[in-house]
Amino acid sequence: MAEPLLIVERVSRRFGGLLAVNAASLIAPESRITALIGPNGAGKTTLFAIISGFLKPSDGKVRYAGEDVTGQPPHRLARRGIARTFQIAQPFAGLSVRENILVGAHLHHRTREAALAVAERVAGEVGLDGMLDRPADTLTVAARKRLELARALATEPKLLLLDEVLAGLNPSEIRGIVPVIRGLCMRGITIVMIEHVMQAVMSLAENVFALAEGRIIAEGTPAQVAADRGVVEAYLGHGAAVKLGGVHAH
Amino acid sequence: MKAFTPIAVVVALFATVPLVVHSNVVLNFLVVALMIALAGQGWNILGGYGGQYSFGHAAFFGTGAYVTAILQVRYGVNAWVGFAIGIAAGALVGAIIGALTFRSGLRGSYFALVTLAFAEVLRISASVAPITGAGVGTLIKLDLRAQAFQFQSRAVFYWIILALVALSLAIAKLIERSRFGVWLVAVRENEDAAQALGIDVATVKSAAMVISGAITAAAGCFYAQYFLFVDSGIAYGTWISIEVLLTPIIGGVGTVFGPLFGAMVVKALGEGARLVTGDAPGLDLVVYGAVLILVIAFTPRGLIGGLAQARQWLMRRRGAEAHHG
Repeated sequence: MAEPLLIVERVSRRFGGLLAVNAASLIAPESRITALIGPNGAGKTTLFAIISGFLKPSDGKVRYAGEDVTGQPPHRLARRGIARTFQIAQPFAGLSVRENILVGAHLHHRTREAALAVAERVAGEVGLDGMLDRPADTLTVAARKRLELARALATEPKLLLLDEVLAGLNPSEIRGIVPVIRGLCMRGITIVMIEHVMQAVMSLAENVFALAEGRIIAEGTPAQVAADRGVVEAYLGHGAAVKLGGVHAH
Repeated sequence: MKAFTPIAVVVALFATVPLVVHSNVVLNFLVVALMIALAGQGWNILGGYGGQYSFGHAAFFGTGAYVTAILQVRYGVNAWVGFAIGIAAGALVGAIIGALTFRSGLRGSYFALVTLAFAEVLRISASVAPITGAGVGTLIKLDLRAQAFQFQSRAVFYWIILALVALSLAIAKLIERSRFGVWLVAVRENEDAAQALGIDVATVKSAAMVISGAITAAAGCFYAQYFLFVDSGIAYGTWISIEVLLTPIIGGVGTVFGPLFGAMVVKALGEGARLVTGDAPGLDLVVYGAVLILVIAFTPRGLIGGLAQARQWLMRRRGAEAHHG
């Protein structure tokens, strides 16, 4: 079997006295969706920032497409095919939707015509085609999430890191965007997603890693991880698994 | 080509002025205003499109002025060659300041303060260094020949500065439509998002600084040839740092015509104030301050943004009236 597209090897990141990520390892096989779950403050976004080059790890290695890319700056990783979205959407507020996506499209297309064509195609793919001329700061939360996705896609990534693209959306908006993400995977993009919406994780991800207090505490299929005692306790507190189990036994 | 039509029309209109108006006072006013518009376009590339507000563009203006003057006076270099080297020197200073500030990640007010410091260091150095003529300044010998870049007629100077302004407008338009321009605006709007989309933020900002430095230096070179005198307070003085940021901000920051429009308005108001009050020193600065406050309070995108807003409002009103009628 070929090497997974992304391999994170025992990565740690220290902020002063706080060990935000503690020897975390994960892999993302090519053309699959891998999910990263965990309670708030577990270090998921920090781990994403390390993979995408925004933070340097204090220790450990990141391998991407067979090469060690640890500590490379974000713009270089983006050029090699790693794109990310931000947990809090970061639109270029003064620009239109089209101009926002155009920025990403220009990464691999020098001419304006080619980049605009890519931008329009991507907008269609994520369902923003009716809003191309709207100023980005007038979009709803759901549309902003789509814009984050569109901009990242316009860079034509091989690996897409999605940081809570479903957070803050209502159930019908989530039902709208889940097939979009599945479609991206179908056309060969490798996806790692941080997600709290378990129903989406269950339906999308093949493999799940659970992070708590900076450490990977469980790994497996969505069903395995959701049933894991350590995971339940990480979310609900010490002893919760036993109590839940007890209730179940009655 | 269609994108450049407005530039061609505006420049053609300006070009006819000396054919109609022969007053030296008016031409002199327009030459100075165009010179500030040129310097302001330099600031606008970095500050308007790139969002990096420099308070020290005197560093470029002064370098252009001094290099042009010193090369002629001390080294006997031809004025036109000196002019070109002056522009290159401005680009070089831009590269150096860009490397020192952007590579070390300075942003926002820290960047602004450091650029101010660079300009002040240059001003103080120029006021004591023998090569600049120190406190006395450098006087370019009167030599009214075209090969010395000196002209009897104000109109010729006017057309030269207009040609430089036209070039700067075209450069701004080209940048606006290029990949570099898209990246520059992305850096202004959100640096983190720009990096995530593959933009090398420090390199883009430094490149903008080089272009910006060259354009503002060109205005300095012109100053030296037009007034034939440079000293440290003129070349590296804060007055020019202030005027080059005022004109685009008042005219329309991050727009092609903002600096030109702003320079005309600001200079006209300054002259107007001087006419009304007699020569009260510094009164033009009071006027600048008042206009700046009004513009920022009511049309943060400058007068051009304000006009666009007003037009939209009028059209909506007319639309509503037609609807009711």
